[in-house]
Amino acid sequence: MALEFGGGLNLALATPFAAAVVAPYLKRLMGHNVAWLLALMPAGIFVYLCQFIGTVATSGHGVHITPLEWLPQYGIQYSLFVDGLSLVFALLISGIGTLIILYSGGYMKGHADQGRFFSFMFLFMGSMIGVVLADNLMTLFIYWELTSITSFLLIGFNHKEERSRRAALQALIVTGGGGLALLAGLLMMYQAGGTMEMSELLTRGDVLRDNGHYGAMLLLILGGAFTKSAQFPFHYWLRNAMEAPTPVSAYLHSATMVKAGVYLLMRVHPVMGDTTLWMTILPIFGAITLIMGTWMSLRQTDLKLTLAYTTIASLGLLVMLVGTSNETAITGAVVYLFAHALFKGGFFMIVGTIDHEAGTRDVTRLGGLRNAMPVSFYAAVACALSMGGIWPFIGFIAKEEMYLGLLGTNLPALLLTLAAVLGNAMMFGAAFVVALKPFLGEEVHTPKHAHEGPVLLVAGPVTLASLGLLAMLFGDFVGAELLRPMANAVHGHHGHLQIGIGAVHVNFAFMLSLITIALGVGFYFRYEAIRSTRGVLIRTLGEGPDSFFDIFIAGLVRFSARTMRLLQSGNMEVYLAATFATIALALIVPMIVFDELPDWPQFPDLYIYEWSTLGLAVVGLYALIVAKTRLTAIVSLGIQGFAVALIFLLFGAPDLSFTQFMVETLAVVIIALIMNRLSLKEHDKRPPQQVMVDASLSILVGLGFCLLLMSVTQGAFDRHLSDFFTDYSRVIAHGRNIVNVIIVDFRGFDTLGEIAVVTITALCVHTLTLGTGRSGLKSKFFKNKSSGFDEATSGQKGAE
Amino acid sequence: MEGVLSILVGIFFAVSIYLMMSRYTIRIMLGVAALSNAVNLLIFTSGRLMREVPPIIPEGASVPAMPTANPLPQALILTAIVISFSFLAFLLVLAYRAYQELGTDDITQMRVAEPADEDLPPVSY
Repeated sequence: MALEFGGGLNLALATPFAAAVVAPYLKRLMGHNVAWLLALMPAGIFVYLCQFIGTVATSGHGVHITPLEWLPQYGIQYSLFVDGLSLVFALLISGIGTLIILYSGGYMKGHADQGRFFSFMFLFMGSMIGVVLADNLMTLFIYWELTSITSFLLIGFNHKEERSRRAALQALIVTGGGGLALLAGLLMMYQAGGTMEMSELLTRGDVLRDNGHYGAMLLLILGGAFTKSAQFPFHYWLRNAMEAPTPVSAYLHSATMVKAGVYLLMRVHPVMGDTTLWMTILPIFGAITLIMGTWMSLRQTDLKLTLAYTTIASLGLLVMLVGTSNETAITGAVVYLFAHALFKGGFFMIVGTIDHEAGTRDVTRLGGLRNAMPVSFYAAVACALSMGGIWPFIGFIAKEEMYLGLLGTNLPALLLTLAAVLGNAMMFGAAFVVALKPFLGEEVHTPKHAHEGPVLLVAGPVTLASLGLLAMLFGDFVGAELLRPMANAVHGHHGHLQIGIGAVHVNFAFMLSLITIALGVGFYFRYEAIRSTRGVLIRTLGEGPDSFFDIFIAGLVRFSARTMRLLQSGNMEVYLAATFATIALALIVPMIVFDELPDWPQFPDLYIYEWSTLGLAVVGLYALIVAKTRLTAIVSLGIQGFAVALIFLLFGAPDLSFTQFMVETLAVVIIALIMNRLSLKEHDKRPPQQVMVDASLSILVGLGFCLLLMSVTQGAFDRHLSDFFTDYSRVIAHGRNIVNVIIVDFRGFDTLGEIAVVTITALCVHTLTLGTGRSGLKSKFFKNKSSGFDEATSGQKGAE
Repeated sequence: MEGVLSILVGIFFAVSIYLMMSRYTIRIMLGVAALSNAVNLLIFTSGRLMREVPPIIPEGASVPAMPTANPLPQALILTAIVISFSFLAFLLVLAYRAYQELGTDDITQMRVAEPADEDLPPVSY
């Protein structure tokens, strides 16, 4: 089985990315009709994935393909697996993707960047299919982040508008931040479960629930899922994401990407669900999102925003249902998810078509379009019937199942049922506002003369709308082959589900449905009144987090600016002090901690001339510090340099000594030249406390190096390398001066590097001195030269 | 012998770092010049000391007849001396040019790259 499907599945996942590369070129060749060609690609994936339906439904467990190894020592690999849950998602993504590509061809017609738009859409499609098919947790995470990034690109597609940029950035920050939480959660799952493979983890029963860190793990996973699926209080990014072109809203922000969070919750439900924590957090946040979303949706006049808020509400409903861990409720969630993808994707496309053809999507400026756009009208009504949960559309089954699952006698169950009824009723109202208000009533003058959209624009909504009915007509197939395996994958064992025209049972759930519809009709007719109510609490819940985001971002920018100014003050004294303090700590602390302080050295047996050389160096250094005039400073610099040269000479290093003499002489000459132009201030101008700080810091560093060197020289000495050079310098390199042989022979490349460094600095010096001849600077140069000269003479006088 | 050289190295470091923490570029330059000597002496001493026997192989022999000073640190220092000298020259010219362009040799007043009164970044999208 594995080999049979393996290559094909990897190919299917690679295809969208390949299409993303070629799409702009094809667009340039063929214009907007390239959509017909491009749509073949997701259609091909869809057909290919259909092969899996039978296998997955009968086998009951997933189909694995041969993984590609990546970092085997950490269990990280590229692995995919197909089970009921991932298959339905992948079919939705590729199937709706096909229609969306067609739709984009019509909707973005004439847009200068249509090719790039196709490219981004395909990138997203590939990433999204990857999310649902991923088996390895890291594969999942990478695809997850890729969907966030592609969503960012698509929301910000009209990047010349500030609102688009804000919405794109907001989506990226919210979902990307959630992605980080998810990464931590996935790693904890790996730690607790001992495997990176999701399919493997699902067979390990209670290992995650029994883990001591279960709470933290769950919260982190929820951090990823709630941000992606726009749960309160992270829902605002989804509303703002409506800045994107409508195909994007239809595809990413209703049908597929925002369901990734719900997918994740469904995926981990068998091993992480059914706990008190799970059954507390998810229903509460889901219910708040549902009520807030539906209420906000009724308050909008922009049809797209109405739909956006119902999407938020639907996601809340799904989270709530998954959060009950009740088998029937989850089956309801599965059916609802399927139905929602169809009707909401269709709805968005219809609204896009209205916007495209009539020039506005403001419900108060639309009316009477039923004659001009009849196809869109019927499609919209079909979508609304499914969304409102009216027989014989698939949405009906979803609602029956969820009510059956939610019903209970205890208080939480009653509250959740109440929330579901209320939410569904408001959703019903919103659905018919979108489906009826623009089409019924008197014809209103619209910015553009409205007429039915071209085939590219209506193909998608018509297909999706009719699928809501067809799914019921072919209920046996949809139920047994698609949705039952999916529901089984979510609750972890086999359940039952009946879909079809005949699946109507007059029970308590049916009563609740009737109540929902009655309330929904009420909401529809009270729509104008609801829009003008104040609803302070709901508005605060709905819009508060969005303004908080602005405060947060502004605060972040200010905070980083202040932090940077504190750390990078621009004051070199601070930088240097910090550097030297670190060096001092790094030298002294480890020696004290690990008790490696050197022994007190014995009084050395030095000859008198050696003592005097060392003394000379110390005198030179002392004079260098206290020097008040240029001349003294230069002379004392020379003294300490020559003293070092003498030390080299006394301890068997004539080559060093010779070089040091030359270099010191040159240095003194150059410094004298430069100093002649810069004045050495008589006083260092350090205030006494600054002298104390600097002096103690430098003494500490000096002490550190002194102790380090003592402890190094008191230890054992490895002459290995030196002996090698000594032994072979004559034999191999035919030179008698070992130091020279090392430099030009054994370490010749090093010397080449050194020559290069010297050349480059010489070039830099040359370049820097070129500018000195400029006229503006020349006067300053001379003025300074003369003043320096005065100071030199005064210095000499002082010395005398 | 190494002990007393270690103390000298410590003094070298202390003096050069004290000079480098000055506000005036010319004192910093003096500190850098002394610092290179400090580092060279550190390498030299850590290779152990031996009096007056340079690492040279006598004529006709293939290895030195008696123990010599350690040639390896010498080779390293020889490279270091030249490089630190070239950098000192570069720094000196740089300091001089900075003085010409900015009219000051006080590093607290050299704020072209990081102005003290820089505005906070704008808050928009």
